[in-house]
Amino acid sequence: MDAVVRELSYAQAIQEAMATAMEMDERVFLMGEDIGVYGGAFQVTGDLVERFGTERVIDTPISELGGAGVAVGAAVTGMRPIFEFQFSDFATLAMEQIVNQAAKMRFMLGGEVSVPVVMRFPAGSGTGAAAQHSQSLEAWLGHVPGLKVIQPATPHDAKGMLLAAIADPDPVMIFEHKLLYKMKGPVPEGYYTVPIGKAEIRREGRDLTIVATSIMVHKALEAAAALEAEGIDVEVIDLRTIRPMDKQTIIESVKKTSRLLCVYEAVKTLGIGAEVSAMIAESDAFDYLDAPIVRLGGAETPIPYNPELEKATVPQVPGIIAAARDLVKGVR
Amino acid sequence: MDLASKAGADSRANLPFVYRQYSAEQLKQVLHKMYLIRRFEEGAEECYTRGLIHGTMHLSIGQEASAMGICMPLAEDDQITSTHRGHGHCIAKGAEVKRMFAEFFGKTTGYCKGRGGSMHIADVAKGNLGANGIVAGGIPIAVGAGLSSKMMKTGKVVVSFFGDGANNEGAFHEALNMAAIWKLPVIFVCENNGYGMSTSTARSTAVKNIAERAAAYSMPGVIVNGNIFSEVAEASHQAVARARAGEGPTLIESKTYRHRGHSKSDRNRYRTKEEIEDWMSNRDPITLFEGEMREFGLIDDKGIQAIRDAVAQEIADGIEFAKTSPSPDIENIQDFVYTEQA
Ligand SMILES: Cc1ncc(C[n+]2csc(CCOP(=O)(O)OP(=O)(O)O)c2C)c(N)n1
Ligand SMILES: [Mg+2]
Repeated sequence: MDAVVRELSYAQAIQEAMATAMEMDERVFLMGEDIGVYGGAFQVTGDLVERFGTERVIDTPISELGGAGVAVGAAVTGMRPIFEFQFSDFATLAMEQIVNQAAKMRFMLGGEVSVPVVMRFPAGSGTGAAAQHSQSLEAWLGHVPGLKVIQPATPHDAKGMLLAAIADPDPVMIFEHKLLYKMKGPVPEGYYTVPIGKAEIRREGRDLTIVATSIMVHKALEAAAALEAEGIDVEVIDLRTIRPMDKQTIIESVKKTSRLLCVYEAVKTLGIGAEVSAMIAESDAFDYLDAPIVRLGGAETPIPYNPELEKATVPQVPGIIAAARDLVKGVR
Repeated sequence: MDLASKAGADSRANLPFVYRQYSAEQLKQVLHKMYLIRRFEEGAEECYTRGLIHGTMHLSIGQEASAMGICMPLAEDDQITSTHRGHGHCIAKGAEVKRMFAEFFGKTTGYCKGRGGSMHIADVAKGNLGANGIVAGGIPIAVGAGLSSKMMKTGKVVVSFFGDGANNEGAFHEALNMAAIWKLPVIFVCENNGYGMSTSTARSTAVKNIAERAAAYSMPGVIVNGNIFSEVAEASHQAVARARAGEGPTLIESKTYRHRGHSKSDRNRYRTKEEIEDWMSNRDPITLFEGEMREFGLIDDKGIQAIRDAVAQEIADGIEFAKTSPSPDIENIQDFVYTEQA
């Protein structure tokens, strides 16, 4: 029998994934700042504390380094913690435990342990919260072997990928764009997983491949719809996982369209776009390219407070349309 | 002593600290600034509610005596580091509300030229080294400023404001230790308003009083009623004297309360209406200070009304200034990322 599918918001989908896992597995528990009675800064944990109690929905002190480390320690010793950072920016305070410990513990101990921890990071700009509450740091963690880093773009994937993350024996970092939390979409009831490491083609097209992450998937789809009216047929790939990256899906697509545009919110240089472009340049898809690869990423600046500046700092639909049009028309 | 007259001093000999230490004129200035903080934040809140500004904000309404008391004995070139709940510290250290409003509105005339917003407003020229979006982020920076003061022999004292929640960050502990071992002229001011967002100190913190943590770093730990201006100012005065004498840091715990929610998204589910009501009606720092000033004959109804009117005008002018100021140009998006070099 097929599962019942309802419309849920992205935040509700994440909450449902956590509740589903907690019901199925006693070892799964939540830690984070103000995730209990407050319901989380973005109301993602909501009323889970009422359902599962304060023993399994644990408010931590404001101690990101210690808290993340406690989650790692619990994971190594048999529990299945899900640690919520209040904002992804605060990963910077916990880098030691994430990068030096969680990512490497299994390796350093010769495979004697696993670290099945999940860390959740509300990320991105667009909320007027300025430079220290708006960053997109996923590529930082994507650079670390031992971690898996995912960025679901839809409510369906948010639930399925989080459930996959919880089931995964290794540390999985999940970046959730704050502007997606209220977005609604179809989500099946019950348990299902969406595989980590697999990109999804959101729209098929012949003229150009856009590889996008997170909220940029939706902006790319909007751009693609507008470009259709101009007779430009865009393929949109939702990368979904940045480590390990699904190279094959991108390579196949580029071989078909011969043009590649990468769109992501994080600072443009030294990021996901660089990785995807270089990967294509190193692959046999390179020979199929009819135009230079183009990256659209965040400006080389911290996120400003002023709303107009803030918008101008990250790719927007008109910019994606223009870049795609230029690419297809051979302006570049 | 700054007192207007010897006779005034004698008649005040038995009064609390600030009434012995400062002139009536200075104390009226304090009341003026407390109102300025309160009305600034009410104004900001209203602008937000009316959709004139975006983002979020953390209001310090109810904590005005703490900011004013700590800053009272500081000289203009003494320095502070502030927090996400920093509007009061900013005004207490000498900022103008019109440029603060301009920052709220994201304008080029704002203290951060529209780049920082509520969480970063600071008048650097007045010794404010920054409000901070990172809990405990300013504490080590204050210690660094204290190190500069010592190495450069400037005589400056540095105050680090932070909340009760911040004392559970590693940065707090590392910073206090360094300030102590190097005897730096730093004053750590924990504004304990009972909660870090929704988490009470009872649930987050292993000690009953945060001041107890001073013992671990061999510095004095002082607890004051943060809603009584005189108590706060007296503790600050002593800590400043100790710092200037080269004797090292002090930790002051200023017990206070925020009347508003943590930020704009707070539903106050972690505390009772009665608790909030009690603090608002019985322990409001402005009401308490005003009452003392009246009782000690330093101000009358007319004087209070004059202050309120002047503040209301300043706030209205400030909002108007902010509204009519220019927005930054998008082409200048790269400004201030690095230092401009010739
Ligand atoms: C490192 C870090 N963790 C979490 C947050 C989110 N946050 C902002 S303010 C706050 C509560 C701070 O509590 P406290 O230090 O007591 O200051 P108060 O808000 O009560 O003035 C939290 C959790 C943050 N900004 N920085
Ligand atoms: Mg607090």
